[in-house]
Amino acid sequence: MQDDAAAAGSRLYWEDLEVGRVEHFGHYEVTKEEIIEFASTYDPQAMHLDEEAAKHTVAGGLCASGFHTCAMLMRMLCDGYLNASSSLGATGIEEVRWMKPVRPGTVLSVRYTCTEKRASASRPGIGIAKALIEVLDDKGEVVMSWRPVQIFGRRTVEGEAVSAS
Amino acid sequence: MSNYFEDVPLGEEMHLGQHTFTAEEIKAFAVKYDPQYFHLDEAAAKSSLFGGLCASGWHTAAIWIRLTVAYRQRYEAELAKTGVKMAQWGPSPGFKNLKWLKPVFAGDTITFTGRRTEKVDLKSRPHRGIIYALNEGFNQHGEKVFEITSSILVERRQPYQPKDGA
Repeated sequence: MQDDAAAAGSRLYWEDLEVGRVEHFGHYEVTKEEIIEFASTYDPQAMHLDEEAAKHTVAGGLCASGFHTCAMLMRMLCDGYLNASSSLGATGIEEVRWMKPVRPGTVLSVRYTCTEKRASASRPGIGIAKALIEVLDDKGEVVMSWRPVQIFGRRTVEGEAVSAS
Repeated sequence: MSNYFEDVPLGEEMHLGQHTFTAEEIKAFAVKYDPQYFHLDEAAAKSSLFGGLCASGWHTAAIWIRLTVAYRQRYEAELAKTGVKMAQWGPSPGFKNLKWLKPVFAGDTITFTGRRTEKVDLKSRPHRGIIYALNEGFNQHGEKVFEITSSILVERRQPYQPKDGA
């Protein structure tokens, strides 16, 4: 499947990422049911589990687990561009910040800014990209930000390999 | 025994627990939150950079937070038995240096440990301090696969008073 997309020339490669360009995409409706379901499995704290009990916590009401927000962002990234790209995963995230509680009924979207690119010194076929990825709520306020280190395949492997040697 | 900011010790190793990642569970998480082929399809994953079906990095992180929450809840339950006043823990402002060092393959058992490394006073929030912890996950071969520096706001017994008002 990936090779078909590559043959069609429709994939996004490392070369296509442009430092400083801002992309806005994604649409994820946060439901009470999903907040509770995720929290029951992975993060069973009162503020994520029970509307009534959540009122008496620091969150002041039911809100999504921060890791649930990470998972919802990941889904928006897959649908928004990763699955139509040469992405080879990520080595990690330098920093994640949770700025605001994510409440039921909120519609989330993504603001993606590539902040840095470099070719891999050891592997000519891949490139590294850093980004600032922000999750916005329906008011346009940032609820979470990531600074990931991503790996992408390169379109022009041979040319780079030659010039690098 | 107390869980107030001032009383939390640094440096002790916390044995958070372990988890075996099954293929079914890896795929169920990925279908919902990280539908990339190396998390969804055994055959396709073999030809990927990872070389086999492996867990979404967020699945690994979710299991780590589950074990961490359970660890804290066990401690708080013990503390509750003593009848002491309990400090409020949370929320977390975020985390740093999350590293997916090696793939977590289907069938792998990951053992998670944590160690509190630093306590930071907050001028802006005198009733809370931040506690940082370095958490790691190791597979059954003893290889480190996961690392995260977590942080959490913890209630203080006494409000923080900067020494010279600087």
